[in-house]
Formats: sequence, C-alpha cells, structure tokens
Amino acid sequence: MDLSYSPEEQAFREEVRAFLRDELPKDLSDKVRSGAELGKADIEQWHAILNNRGWLAANWPKEFGGAEWNAVQRHIFEEEAAQANAPRIVPFGLSMLAPVLMKFGNQAQKDYYLPRILNGDDWWCQGYSEPGAGSDLASLKTRAVREGDHYIVNGQKTWTTLGQHANKIFCLVRTNPDVKQQEGISFLLIDMDTPGIEVRPIILLDGTPEVNEVFFDNVRVPAENLVGEENKGWTYAKYLLTHERTNIAGVGFSRAGLDALKRIAKVEMSGGRPLIEDPHFAARVAKVEIDLMAMSTTNLRIISQAAAGQAPGVESSMLKVKGTIIRQEINDLTRRAVGPYALPFPSEVLAGNNDPIGPDYAGPTAAEYFNNRKLSIFGGSNEIQRGIIAKVKMGG
Amino acid sequence: MDFNLTEERQMLQDTLRRYLSDKYTTAARNKILDSDEGMSADIWAGLAELGVIGALFSEAEGGFGGAGFDITTVFEELGRAGVVEPMLETAVLGGRLLSALGDDSQTALIEEVIGGSLHLAFAHGEPTSRYDLNRVATTAKTDGGDIVLTGRKAVVANAEAAGYLIVSARESGAVDDEAGISLFLVPAGTSGVTLRGYPLFAGGRAAEVTLDEVRLPASARLGAAGEAFAAIADAVAAANVALSAEALGAMVTATELTRGYLMTRQQFGRPIGTFQALQHRFSDLLIELEQARSAVINAAGHLADPLAERDRQIAAARNLIGRAGRLVAEEAIQMHGGIAMTQEYELAHIAKRIVMTDHRFGDTDYHLERFIALSAAA
Repeated sequence: MDLSYSPEEQAFREEVRAFLRDELPKDLSDKVRSGAELGKADIEQWHAILNNRGWLAANWPKEFGGAEWNAVQRHIFEEEAAQANAPRIVPFGLSMLAPVLMKFGNQAQKDYYLPRILNGDDWWCQGYSEPGAGSDLASLKTRAVREGDHYIVNGQKTWTTLGQHANKIFCLVRTNPDVKQQEGISFLLIDMDTPGIEVRPIILLDGTPEVNEVFFDNVRVPAENLVGEENKGWTYAKYLLTHERTNIAGVGFSRAGLDALKRIAKVEMSGGRPLIEDPHFAARVAKVEIDLMAMSTTNLRIISQAAAGQAPGVESSMLKVKGTIIRQEINDLTRRAVGPYALPFPSEVLAGNNDPIGPDYAGPTAAEYFNNRKLSIFGGSNEIQRGIIAKVKMGG
Repeated sequence: MDFNLTEERQMLQDTLRRYLSDKYTTAARNKILDSDEGMSADIWAGLAELGVIGALFSEAEGGFGGAGFDITTVFEELGRAGVVEPMLETAVLGGRLLSALGDDSQTALIEEVIGGSLHLAFAHGEPTSRYDLNRVATTAKTDGGDIVLTGRKAVVANAEAAGYLIVSARESGAVDDEAGISLFLVPAGTSGVTLRGYPLFAGGRAAEVTLDEVRLPASARLGAAGEAFAAIADAVAAANVALSAEALGAMVTATELTRGYLMTRQQFGRPIGTFQALQHRFSDLLIELEQARSAVINAAGHLADPLAERDRQIAAARNLIGRAGRLVAEEAIQMHGGIAMTQEYELAHIAKRIVMTDHRFGDTDYHLERFIALSAAA
C-alpha cells in the first residue's frame, strides 16, 4: 500500500501544470470559470492546442497519433485540467468513436477518419437515444434498409449533444427488425449534410441549446460507412460505452467545484460572519469533502486495476452513481452559498455581453445546479447503474 | 379541530384553479416568460377581477380575507400553475407594509393594489445583507425638510413594474440594529433612482437598484422614523407563509406530472412505474408532500400568534418545505429523465419555481438555524 504518486507520476503532473500555465489561453479559462457558454471556435482552439502538443488523444495508441497515457496519467491530466479551468475535451470523436474504429473499423476507415478527428476536420456527434429508446436503448427504431450500395435511413435520434456543431454523426440503426432487439442493430457513420437530415435544437431548462433532435428522412448512406459487420452494432456500442465511462467519477470537476465553493463561502457573509464559519453550512461542505476524498481514492483504486490490465466492470457503475451525487451536492451548496444572487437569470452576462449582476461567481450557480441534473440521467441513468450493480453482485 | 377550508376559501380555490387551468397553460406561460415585461397584464387584471388580490387583504383594509389561510389558499394555486406574476411583491409585501405603517393618503393606495392598477416592490435586501432583515446600510439623512437616500438594493423583485418602491433605509444605529430602520415610498422615476433590470431564473423580473442622493419629502416616510423593523418582520412572515404554500402547490404539480409519466412512459416493454425501485421513491414523494402540507397549515395557523411562536412555526415550515421541495424537484426530474431537462416541458418550470423559492427570505439552512435559535430562546 502506497498512497503517494511515483516520482515519474509527480514529474508528469508538473509537466501538465506547466503546459496548462503556458498554453491554456486566459480568455478560455475565464469563460470556463465564469460559467460562460463555450462556442464551437473556443473548443476547436483548445483541441488544436492539445493536438499540437500530442495530448489531444490521451487514450489513443501512439501509432494513431495518440499520447497513449495510462489510466493514472489520464487521471492526473483530468485533475489538473479541471483545476486550471480548461475547457472539457469534447469526447464524441476522440474517446467514443475512435476506439470503436480502431477495434472494429476497416483499414480505409481508420486511415480516413482517425487523422480527421485529431486535426479537427470532423466534429462527431452521437446518434444513440431516441424518443422511445432512452434507458432501454436496445429498443431503438431508426431503420436502415440496404438498397444496392446504400443504406436508406429513416427515423429520429434525440439528446444529440452539440449536434449543432457536428458535420458527422455515428448512429445505431436497426437493420433487422425480425430478431432479438440486440441482434438487429448496426453501427453507421453518416455525413450530417446528406439530404434528408434535419437538426432541431432542444433548449434545456437552463436556457442553453446543448442538445438536439436529429431527423432522418430517406437519408442515403454509402454502405462503406458501415462499421464492422451488419447487425453487430450492439457489441460495438457496448464497447463504446466502456470508453464513455473513463473519467466517469468526475473527480477533477468535483475538486475544482469544491475549491470554488470554499472560496465563495469565505467571502459571502451571513449573519455578520463569513458563511464558511456558519457551523451548519460548514458541516455540509465538510461532509461532501469527506465523501470526495474517499471517492477520489476509490477512483484511483479502480484506475490502478485498469492500469494493471483489468477491465473496470461494475466499479465504473459505482463511480458513476457516487460521483454524480457528489457533484450535484456541490452544485446545490454553491447555489445556496450565493443566497439571493442565485435568483437572477443573467443570460446577457453568460453570453459575455454584460457585467455581472452581484458577485461574478454568482451568475452561473443556479444554471449549473439545474444543468447538472443531467449527470445522473445521461450515459446510463443512475437507476440503470444500480440495476447493473445488483445484477452483477447478486447474480440476478 | 377542522381541517376543511371555509366555504369562501373553497370557492376562492375552485375559481382560481379553474381560471388558471384555462388561462395559464404551459404555452401561455412560456409566452409570458419570453416577454420583455416578464408578466402578463391580462392575467393580472383577471386575478384582480376574480378577487384574488382582495383575498389577501382584511375587510378593514378594503379586502375580504388577509388571514394566513387566505394567503395559503391563493398561493398554493399560484404554485400549482407555476404563476410568475408578482403577487408576493405587490399584494403580500407591499400591501402589508402600506397597511401597517401608512397614513391615510398612503393606505389609500391599497385600493389601487386590490383593483390591479398599481404594482409595488419591496426594496430591502442589499448586496451583502443576504437574508438578514436587520442589516441595512442604505442611509436616510434629513436635509432641511427633505430626506436623502443613498445606497444599493439587491435583487428587487418587480422593481421595474412598480409604481412605488418601498425602500428601507437607516436613519440611526449600527448597520445591523433593528432600531433605526425606516421605510420610504419612492415613486417610480424619482430622480437619483437607477434600475438595472433582468429576468429571474424561475420567471418574473427583478432589478439592482442604486439610490444616489434620492431626495424625497418627509411625507414619503412610512410610519415613525426608525421604527419600521416590526412591520418588515410581519410582512416577511406573511411572505414566508406565501412562499411555503407556493412551493407546496408546485410540489403537487411536480408529483402529479411524475405520476402521469411513470404510468405512461414505456421502457423494457412496460410502464416504468411498474418498477418497484421507482414506486418506492414515488411513495416517498407523496409522504413528503403530506408533511409539507401540514407544515404550511402550521405556519398559516400561527401567523397571528405572538411573535416567538409565529416565527418558530414559520422557520419550521420553511425548513421542512425547503428539504421536501428539493427532494421533490430533483426526484421528479430524475424519474422523468431527459424530458424534464427541456425548457418547454411543464416540469422544468415547476422544478425551478420550487428550488428558487429557497433563495427568498431565507433558505433551508437559514431557517434551520433560526428555528434552533428561536427554540432555545423559548
């Protein structure tokens, strides 16, 4: 048992810190800190900076231009990046599609798509959920019918995150409706500018256009855009989901959020003293910090196993449930900490067009609290995760 | 013991519920939320015409109610429908402050309030006063026969629509003394008053108010110099009863929407409400809802009690409803899943109303500490 990082890991952390200090543009970190919306150009800029250093594709093998970091290195980077208020790396191409292409794609697909993901030529979005297929993803109905050397796609996807920026979408489609649900699904790559595709924004409850509906009306997709074998898409999707669960605990986000909360609670006054000296509030902050310290170690324990080659199984479900509870509790405390200044809806301020209303840290707190209710819903809701834990551990 | 509404209140509840289910549809409200005014003049006139504003005033004041249970009857319905119009500001806070402290010409304004032609706003909280009612740094200095106000007021709900701001300012004492605080009726557009208006997260509008040497005649003062605190505490007590009832009403709607969704949403070939894990969690919401209803009844039933008991009951209600409200809002969203994250779905607005109630006149933690302090003093 040794809780300290190795000298190599320490040196890596210093390297990451120096990089973030030197290369992360201040206007980007300011936007992240203040909760302002990041535009497409902001995200592309950050991706390009990382790519320039060879750090954009942390989990890719070197042969494809990745950093090939191990799990501990990735964890260190995520922790430091969150602390420095770096923009989140958009995962759809880099850590969702790419691993599937590397494992199941043909040579032509690897050669064509992987460099384009790194260079930012393509912005991918994910076509998984449908109005009738959420937690029960395998019941998806978007239909792809083979006609000569094309698939004709009809149907609808939803909750397509940042689909408004995307020029490509990877989709789960039904190619065989006559077999067990999981056995009739295929994995298709689709150009967003193909005729018959329509993207409609969904405005979330905090006013942000973060997700979209994507409609397919007789969309002709070249058959060469099929990944792997027809009707084997569910296998690839499950493989992808294990990659979606890297950094699932969000330890870095929680740590950065907790630090911000403490800074706020030191300057907010309540009853003539700093809020952090209020025993009741301090107790709640302390409890969530205690939970986070333990979860951070749970996360590292699981990461060490993964680094030793054991695939994370049910533990990633546990991390997701506990990690989202902790992040949401920090969001709740942060909105409470700002008191009445959580009430304004500073849309102009968040769009970067105006001075803050009240203290500058107050603006995004209510929006973040509500927006992050999604954490326990997406990527397999916490109910689904608990079901997985019970199934695995109880053998049901 | 009788837990039934009186016949008059039952009629008020029925009429108001019918009116709002007709007029205050999700689509109509979304239009109001998108509007520059952040409220609907038609709805306000309609509520006045139905006697909803009058129900919040006593007969002596020109209304036909004004008791705790009148407040809860009205505000539970407003909460159920997610109404964003500023009933709390104009009728409960503004009306009660005028009534408690005003001279004849000032209280004459209540008639316009009841009739729906006058809005009011209570400009009390300041950038660093948080929920402390006694903390007033804005100053009122006499200059010849005039009074000069200087200071800043934070998140003043309904400030832009108000015909008068009711501004608190200190005439004497330390920044957190209860004594020395006065209230002033400041007509809209008075020189030296600057409003920076903005929408609120859960609907409606507010403003940051800057008072830069605002010169008023001495007749603008409400009541005796430096003696407004008791009236402020009374009005805020009534506001806390109203907020509790509004949150309760919104929790009823959130729970009903969740029940409907659990019974109709199909996943894995069956309604998700057939999964026991969700059934038990839904049952917990219903249990908390009954607790919340009782807390509202406790608070309303003790609104006219001696202050110590009144305030203890109100702190208890706000704490319980803060806890139950967070549970209901979060669980309702979670059990719905993604659909509840969308702005256009009814629950999104209702959940925001529930949660943001907790940022007005003290949150769950504030009221817990207040309850502890009041109980220790009893």
